Amino acid sequence: MSETKVYTIKKTNKFIKPLVYTLLAIWTIINVFPIYWMFTFSLKNNDEIFGDNIAGLPKNWLWENYSRAMSGGKMGLYFTNSIIISVAAIILTLIAAVMATYAMSRIVWKGRKLMNKFFMLGLTIPIHSAILPVYMTLKKVHMLNSYQALIIPYAAFSLAMAILICMGFMDDIPIELDEAARIDGCGTWGTFFKIIVPLMTPALSTVGIYTFLQCWNELMFATIFNSRTQFKTLPAGINELFGTHTTDWGPVGAALVVATFPTLLVYVFLSKKIQSSFMAGAIKG
Amino acid sequence: MHNKKFIKVRDITLFLLPALLLFVGVLIAPILMSGYYSLFDWNGMGDRTFVGLANYKELFTSIDINFLLALRNSLLLAVLSVFLQLPLSLALALALGKGIKGERLFLSVFFAPVLISTVVIGQLWLKIYNPDYGLLNSLLRALDLEDNIMRWTGDTKDVLWLGNVKIALGAVFVPTLWQYVGYHMLLMYAGVKGVPVDLREAAMLDGASSGQVNRYIVLPYIKPIIKISIIFAVTGSLKSFDLIYVLTNGGPLHSTEVPSTLMISMMFLRNRYGMGSTIAVMLIILCFAFALLIGAAFRKED
Repeated sequence: MSETKVYTIKKTNKFIKPLVYTLLAIWTIINVFPIYWMFTFSLKNNDEIFGDNIAGLPKNWLWENYSRAMSGGKMGLYFTNSIIISVAAIILTLIAAVMATYAMSRIVWKGRKLMNKFFMLGLTIPIHSAILPVYMTLKKVHMLNSYQALIIPYAAFSLAMAILICMGFMDDIPIELDEAARIDGCGTWGTFFKIIVPLMTPALSTVGIYTFLQCWNELMFATIFNSRTQFKTLPAGINELFGTHTTDWGPVGAALVVATFPTLLVYVFLSKKIQSSFMAGAIKG
Repeated sequence: MHNKKFIKVRDITLFLLPALLLFVGVLIAPILMSGYYSLFDWNGMGDRTFVGLANYKELFTSIDINFLLALRNSLLLAVLSVFLQLPLSLALALALGKGIKGERLFLSVFFAPVLISTVVIGQLWLKIYNPDYGLLNSLLRALDLEDNIMRWTGDTKDVLWLGNVKIALGAVFVPTLWQYVGYHMLLMYAGVKGVPVDLREAAMLDGASSGQVNRYIVLPYIKPIIKISIIFAVTGSLKSFDLIYVLTNGGPLHSTEVPSTLMISMMFLRNRYGMGSTIAVMLIILCFAFALLIGAAFRKED
């Protein structure tokens, strides 16, 4: 009797599998339907959206909704601004984070652990709490309504997570590589540029993805700091769009798609990489 | 020639400099300044009047500001997150982590909303909740359910969702849940996948059902991740802003007001810089307090 017991694996209830799939299917519908609806109503006119054809594919595809969103709604401008600001913030974050990580991971000195802990405060501090003094400083130096007004704060706010991710990667690079470089005559800077930076590329893309999404989607600072149309980013711009164009839903939908489509498109090709960059920060923290 | 020590100190300083400038200049110093401003009565233009802790006292007692309502709302969102959103995430993670057909596809689809801008999601849900033409009310009308719900919510013409004091906070929570279930699921899924296969197999050889494996093997193993998820969910609720700003901006009648929306309206609409800074400081204190509290609760359990 005991013999049979050891080797039997309890049969899973045969209803469990269909149940699991049913739940997954339901959540998939809840998940996908609003996004599908957004894509379809971006190509419809109000008659269809409001009653004729609420959930189906558009009867006649109104691509002009997109040109109206791009020109009238200035989505093209906001899109460009978002790209410029996000890319610049990523570059700044990467430079600052990799350098600081090097000082704390590879150079041995008293207080480097403490310094790291200091940076990690940035993970818990709500960035919103810094808004007023930053706003006043920007105002004083006449930098409100500029690219820098968002680039610098975004880089600062991404820094803690960037350092956390970089530390994880850099600590895994064997120290023997540094020693070998030292013997070949590399100094601290030579080791940094020739050994560490090239080996850090996976970390850099992880940090880059994470930072990009933070900057691309940020709303509060974007709304308060850059109120002039010329420097608005997508989130702030879209939100403003609705004050003026609320009567026609189609162009509004088109604007939402324009803001969403690039990230989702990249996600289709890089889903694993993007998911792992979200995990990197959380799991190690 | 400079000695080695000098060079080392110089290098450390240079390597740390960009990060320190950014971090201290844009985050730490402003936060200290917020703490300083919170002790003043100030409209941002004229003179500052030192008032000590009077702003804090007013914050907690003034019915006009009603900070306690904002705090209650954000804590309610936190409770909903922890007890509705996270269990759903966990269920999905356990289902997918077991290794089923279509695992990768489900995972990628469920995570996708995390990547969409909160503003887009907010605007999308504004359309879903639209009383006249929104998806939700159209669906309810088609199912002949709208009248029943209106009887319960007290609406007269259509269900107002975001415009009804009784249900607005709940209506604001749904898009949050919808957007971030995938995020927590992903973290937990990574944890579930990390459970060593032999541990699972050993339990199953001992006759454990898959429910028991989850209960006694997987859950204890991913406890650190559950802790992180809870901390993220709670601090995220405390500092929630984007979605509420887009959907209701704290209304109607402050029924969806949270500390962040209150802070912004205090600073940039009512020009009360001192009081706005006081809320900023309270946000920091609350986030750290809850992060430490949750950490401690988990340590005590071990």
